[in-house]
Amino acid sequence: MAACLGTVLTFSACDDDDNDMPITITYEQEDQMARPAINTVFVSTGEKDMFNTTVPAQQGPAFATKFKDKLVALNPGYTTNLLGLDATTFTSVLATDVLTASLTAPTTFYDGTNVLTGRKLDDDVITVELILLFGGPDAMSNPGLTDDHVDANDKSFLTSFPYLASPH
Amino acid sequence: MRLKFNLKTIGLALVALVACAASYLIAADHIDAPAITGTGSDITDVYAFQSPANANNMVFVVNVQGLLAPAATSAASFDEEVMIEINIDNSSTKDHVEDLVIQAMFDNGKFKVYGPEAPAQTGLTSTLSKSTPVEASITAYGSNPSIGESNGIKVFAGPRDDPFFFDLNQFKAIIGGTATSFNNPGTDAFAGTNVLSLVVEVPKSMLGSGSVNIWATSNREM
Repeated sequence: MAACLGTVLTFSACDDDDNDMPITITYEQEDQMARPAINTVFVSTGEKDMFNTTVPAQQGPAFATKFKDKLVALNPGYTTNLLGLDATTFTSVLATDVLTASLTAPTTFYDGTNVLTGRKLDDDVITVELILLFGGPDAMSNPGLTDDHVDANDKSFLTSFPYLASPH
Repeated sequence: MRLKFNLKTIGLALVALVACAASYLIAADHIDAPAITGTGSDITDVYAFQSPANANNMVFVVNVQGLLAPAATSAASFDEEVMIEINIDNSSTKDHVEDLVIQAMFDNGKFKVYGPEAPAQTGLTSTLSKSTPVEASITAYGSNPSIGESNGIKVFAGPRDDPFFFDLNQFKAIIGGTATSFNNPGTDAFAGTNVLSLVVEVPKSMLGSGSVNIWATSNREM
């Protein structure tokens, strides 16, 4: 922290010809997110802020075991899931909270073929996550828990930039 | 005079308290950051998808300040002391360290988007880029989108419908032990609510090849 505070304001060399940004503006991270609802579901209340200020490269070592404990608590019958991942493997993937985005394949959270290649606005990400948490190896376990039956947004998305629907 | 001031203060405090309580009750997904809940640095969702309008482009969306009621949306604004950063790991080993960043800052009704470019430093402390940004006005509630465009990059910032959908309240009932399954049909807890959105579309050629790993951060000016 002390090292960070030391860099609040550092002045760069002034340029006689222009007024371009003479000072360096420094920021300290407050929140962090990639995959939907990961922090909400897997991180205990007292550690949510800590998770948000742990860089992804260190999230795995710090949180993977805790994520596994949480998974087993949520679903004591967990064996593997639709991706074939056992509890240790699945939670070690989730604990490093980054979102993969393919630059070549279709970008989707899950479309039946592509898995975690991005996140589209209309992807039903919660149902995908519920299936992976509760659905077992064939997505057939715990049928009451694998679909929240909210399948789409309440407004249609746009086909042109900025794609999100106008506000209510 | 003093009494009036105090009453006003109490009133404002009550409003803030009720608003806080309401967002805690409704928004478990959007309360994953107790220290900053409901502020301009509270990220609610992150999206990354190929542009529906141009297959050569990638679109990033970062939403903050979730569960805005329509009546509260006009007054909602981006925090001028908060910089939103999209972190991109395009290394071959995917070491989860950002190789590129896109930075957005908000100032006096306008916003500026820098990058994608290599950050001055990685990790929890960031410095604002000094490169030439793409900028535009922040779109006001009820106005047509104000879009900035330069070098093949498009940018937007302003209130939008929250694209997230989830029967959050039933999920909480299940977790809390007062229900054993979802309802069919479910109830979208986010229907009718707005967020403040940052949307950035960039050519894929600026990001790397194959695939990238991304995450968004909010960062407060020190």
